[in-house]
Amino acid sequence: MSLIKCTDVNLSYDGLRVAENLTFEINSGDYYSIIGRNGSGKSTLLKALLKLKQPDSGNIEYCDGFCQSDIGYLAQQTSVQKDFPASVSEVVISGCLKSNGFKPFFSKNDKRLAEEKMTLLGIDNIKDKCFRELSGGQQQRVLLARAMCAAKKMLFLDEPVTGLDPVVTTEFFNIINKMHDDGITIVIVSHDIHCAVKYSNRILHMDNEIAFDGTAREYVNSKVGRDFIGGHRHD
Amino acid sequence: MIETLHIMFSYTFIVRALIVGLLVSLCAALLGVSLVLKRYSMIGDGLSHVGFGAIAIATAFNWAPMEFTIPVVILAAFLLLRISENSNIKGDSAIAMISTGALAIGILAASMTTGMNTDINSYLFGSILAMSISDVVMSVVLSLVVLLLFILFYNKIFAVTFDETFAKATGIMANIYNMLIAFLTAITIVLGMRMMGALLISSLIIFPALSAMRVCKRFKTVVITSAIISVICFLIGLITSYFLSTPTGATVVVLNIVVFVLLTVIGKIK
Repeated sequence: MSLIKCTDVNLSYDGLRVAENLTFEINSGDYYSIIGRNGSGKSTLLKALLKLKQPDSGNIEYCDGFCQSDIGYLAQQTSVQKDFPASVSEVVISGCLKSNGFKPFFSKNDKRLAEEKMTLLGIDNIKDKCFRELSGGQQQRVLLARAMCAAKKMLFLDEPVTGLDPVVTTEFFNIINKMHDDGITIVIVSHDIHCAVKYSNRILHMDNEIAFDGTAREYVNSKVGRDFIGGHRHD
Repeated sequence: MIETLHIMFSYTFIVRALIVGLLVSLCAALLGVSLVLKRYSMIGDGLSHVGFGAIAIATAFNWAPMEFTIPVVILAAFLLLRISENSNIKGDSAIAMISTGALAIGILAASMTTGMNTDINSYLFGSILAMSISDVVMSVVLSLVVLLLFILFYNKIFAVTFDETFAKATGIMANIYNMLIAFLTAITIVLGMRMMGALLISSLIIFPALSAMRVCKRFKTVVITSAIISVICFLIGLITSYFLSTPTGATVVVLNIVVFVLLTVIGKIK
């Protein structure tokens, strides 16, 4: 069952065309990695998939009852300012807001969900701390917890492990894998090809157009895949 | 002292100023947190200038001041919001252009009608005598609307203030809530403008929020502290201005400065 269908999508960034003729589908249950070098249009594509950006032409369609309030999103750089006063629990529970319905306050369920995610990510002990005073790794966990609260069906991650150390990175992917096992569709933008091959089941290689779209196994055996993986290993 | 206070509050104009002032201070402080954090402080300032222009025109043509000014300022709020969201134009200079432009038009309109000089003064720096009974009723009703909408949409206002991109991506109509914030700000500014003065009203939006942010670390406590600071400063400011015969608006602002400095020092020590 496909949740998002892209047909002949063309994208530009600052007036420059960055991606052309993108046609692909994201299916329910996918663990979909979008990879490519810097400037290959992968982050722009993610923004378009999230409807934060209009494609120049082509069509991005949400199908089968999938809608924006089913989405969780962990951005590459959050636009949160340095001096914003907000506690960890306030940030996490803001992921529970749904656009539909006139519901001014959080329900018991929302609060339970937020608690649950904070415990899962090991940030329940700092939930009254101020967000701006946390370390980069802790902030990333808080924002992931918020994204998890929002993700009913699909979680989008934009370069989520940039700047995290290897131990934390492994932990991070374990949590994402767990979510995928629980039935959440994962879409991850990354230039870390090894993690992509290791964890995801489908890979979209962007090079201003689709250079490859298929399973991770097929990718490793493809020419594009071999070149990109080889180039990254420096061996 | 008690006796003097008793006399003071036996004046109808003081009681009117008290009611309107407290409500406006409360609304301004609540909205101020969001405006300051969204870097929209200049919008508040711009709107008060547009408000001055509108009110001067309304007076020149003998139109009902509030009924004319409120819609004009609401329109200006949406316009300023669009400008500051559109990164193609330099947002801050566009706001400065609109606000000084409105000020100039207001002064022209006011000076073309005779005997407007004292009025210009009271528009710019506020006058405690400005409130008629119908103004008070209107202010009470509109402030309650502002407060109610703020409480009902508190969580969504937090979400679009904290991280607009995330809010948009997860299906919250951020633009609608930005417009709501601008709309509520416009009403608050017009309500408070004649008492506080067009040049001073935006300080009610900016100071309490900034003061609260010196010492509080949660969004909710910042909002509540900001409201308390604003209300107390207004109350003490009004009483002080009565005793010292100083202009109310300026006195309230000076008190807000004192609180800001105090809390900055406390925040540093903590």
